[in-house]
Amino acid sequence: MVTRTTPFEGQKTILEEELHKLAGSVPDPELPVLTLEELGVLRAVHVRGGGAVEVELTPTYTGCPAIEAMSADIERVLHEHGVPEVTVQTVLSPAWTTDDISDEGRRKLREFGIAPPRTQRATGPVPISLGPTRTAAHTPGGAAETPPAVGPEADPVRCPHCGSADTELLSRFSSTACKALRRCLSCREPFDHFKEL
Amino acid sequence: MTVTAGSTAALALGDDALVLSHRLGEWAGKAPVLEEEVALANIALDLLGQARVLLSMAGDEDELAYLREERDFRNLQLVEQPNGDFAHTITRQLYFSTYQRLLYAELAAGDGQFAPLAAKAVKEVAYHQDHAEQWTLRLGDGTAESHRRMREACEALWRYTAEMFHPVEGVDVNWKDLETSWLESVSAVLRRATLDVPEGPRSGAWTAGAGRQGLHTEPFGRMLAEMQHLHRSHPGASW
Repeated sequence: MVTRTTPFEGQKTILEEELHKLAGSVPDPELPVLTLEELGVLRAVHVRGGGAVEVELTPTYTGCPAIEAMSADIERVLHEHGVPEVTVQTVLSPAWTTDDISDEGRRKLREFGIAPPRTQRATGPVPISLGPTRTAAHTPGGAAETPPAVGPEADPVRCPHCGSADTELLSRFSSTACKALRRCLSCREPFDHFKEL
Repeated sequence: MTVTAGSTAALALGDDALVLSHRLGEWAGKAPVLEEEVALANIALDLLGQARVLLSMAGDEDELAYLREERDFRNLQLVEQPNGDFAHTITRQLYFSTYQRLLYAELAAGDGQFAPLAAKAVKEVAYHQDHAEQWTLRLGDGTAESHRRMREACEALWRYTAEMFHPVEGVDVNWKDLETSWLESVSAVLRRATLDVPEGPRSGAWTAGAGRQGLHTEPFGRMLAEMQHLHRSHPGASW
């Protein structure tokens, strides 16, 4: 598993590393196949005076309601481990991106039937040009599909079931804010795609 | 509450997000198709998340949302306009999301108090704008009926679009440039959708900058009554 460090992390003590692992092993409340570490939302764990522990968590989307469940789960796990006082803080900066999902996390998403986000990994701001979709191409007068929002054009969203690159967008928003609904044109299965953010 | 320039700005941006979020939430249960139901609710959720961060910068989020009177809200009149038909909702989305994306991109590039939120939200708003653009193209360049409805909606909401560029104290951006970029972007989408760019005034004598000063249109009072009545009837109630 890839261990990700944030610019804000200084030298961690052994205890902090242990607590970080514990907090990071908490499953995501909406996608329980992923841990918070694999999702890349756990930013830091600090041990303060008197054994109080501060955890920094970043939301995937600003309005993601799962953040409250995540905080409660982290608090519970750390309490069970004997930490008397746990404070979970939400930090916004630097903004979470789907590139923060680990390779292991991506593999698990695919296994779970969700197409993982394509990596962006560009330096600096990523210009996003969103265009009409394949759905629009079926509408009289609609425009043809333009390149996807992000990621190289040669990198299609693949069906997590059969691996086909021949998939179409059904809706930009799906069961949660972070996913889009697509359909595979080879095996005809609809599937969720974790949108690039 | 002491109103500083920072909290004036947080209220303005936060109220825009809160009020539009509530309007979009009104579609729940009656959107034209299931995918749209989900899309509009997701956009509303993004906006609500932004509103919570922004209002918390100005004070207690619940008190600000549920216990202020109409005159204390600082949102644009555009976002409080009723949903109307689907064309009206899409037009409101097009006008607002284009504005919000341009504004937040500017704020994200700076180092002011809104930079962290803006950097995060601008990526969400890019999807909102794309959603609005795609529907504008499909409806404008669709059937005679959908074209007519889009044309009417574009014209009806046009008068609320100048207010977006009245400077807000505490928001450090070049409003003139923002307005130029907005006009270019929206006009390009409308033209691609075979719609004319409305020619009417972009504000009325009574609307110029009014929302930011607490003056709202009639439908806003009814919206607030519905949004606030539960909290006011049962203070402190929780799930």
